[in-house]
Amino acid sequence: MLGKNAKKRAILLTLLLLLSAVTIFLIFKSLEENIVYFFTPSEIYNKQNISFNKTIRVGGLVKENSISKEQNSVKFIITDFKNEIIVSYSGLIPNLFSEGKGVIAEGELKDKKYFIAEKILAKHDENYMPPEVTKALEKSNK
Amino acid sequence: MFKNFFPNKILSLSNNLLNSLLVYLILVMFLGLIYSLYISPPDYIQGDSVRIMYVHVPSSFISLACFGIIGIASILNLVFKIKFIPLMSKSLAPVGCTFTLISIVTGSLWGKPTWGTWWAWDARLTSMVILLLFYFGYIFVWKFVSSFNKANKISSIIAIIGLLNLPVIKYSVDWWNTLHQPSSITLTSAPTIHYSMLIPLIIMLAGMIIYLLIIFLMKYKTETIKFKMNKIKNKK
Repeated sequence: MLGKNAKKRAILLTLLLLLSAVTIFLIFKSLEENIVYFFTPSEIYNKQNISFNKTIRVGGLVKENSISKEQNSVKFIITDFKNEIIVSYSGLIPNLFSEGKGVIAEGELKDKKYFIAEKILAKHDENYMPPEVTKALEKSNK
Repeated sequence: MFKNFFPNKILSLSNNLLNSLLVYLILVMFLGLIYSLYISPPDYIQGDSVRIMYVHVPSSFISLACFGIIGIASILNLVFKIKFIPLMSKSLAPVGCTFTLISIVTGSLWGKPTWGTWWAWDARLTSMVILLLFYFGYIFVWKFVSSFNKANKISSIIAIIGLLNLPVIKYSVDWWNTLHQPSSITLTSAPTIHYSMLIPLIIMLAGMIIYLLIIFLMKYKTETIKFKMNKIKNKK
């Protein structure tokens, strides 16, 4: 079906594509630390050579009943249900920041369990629902 | 059906088809906008900013699909050297590029009230910027390389390499921790988006695809005419 020259070009292109795919994969593998936008508390817990005075991001869910507000600052716990990190932060809080929802904190680790944030982002999940449905769901759960 | 895309056919493409597409566009977009702005409910946490999604998600989908078509067409083009394929993919690029821009801008507008930031260099957002750069590269090669054959070759190679970026965009939210949420609509499981929000999303997608078709057909016709004129000029 393929002409001789067309076959040659097809093989060449396939090789080119395979080669580029492998290259990209290797680049991603080696840059993984930089590509991930945040670390989970467990990833930080398991990390060997941790840098304490570098800006990093920690992400997970805000633990239920963990938000405590003081004058200008807020303290809360980020959890991934295996490990937890206490975060203290002072500044603007995004509207969608609330208990049980996703959050990403940017700042510095003081130790493996304590994090001082300079910026807080709310992370939205993939669920989209009208408010009535949420109420109905809550009712049926109770 | 495919025969209709052959250059000789596209030249005889009457304005009737474009006009009827235009009527469909207005009808579907009207319905889609009414549905997404008034009938559909606000989200339980995002509130009304969820309505940005009805533009954001379809344009992202179309921008990826367009580049996918351009990439695959470029492979066929380099292997089989069929004359009308480069004209087709060349005509698809600007509108695909526009949808990429719309996707990035609406995403940014949504990000501020939801995440608390306009922009973040996470894997999904960064790979979308790379897609935009590939679109720019592809379009600029056609614009600034004067020899048709040369421009055809270079742009095809750019499109084929850019093809590898598409799975990265699609799966970035699964492979790495990202700020961007994972897909709500997947082939394998039930959508995690309520049907009252899924319906306007699908109508808007249909409307934007009609828009894409109109722009593409107009551009394809122009490109074919230009190509034939050049041929005549070169013969003289």
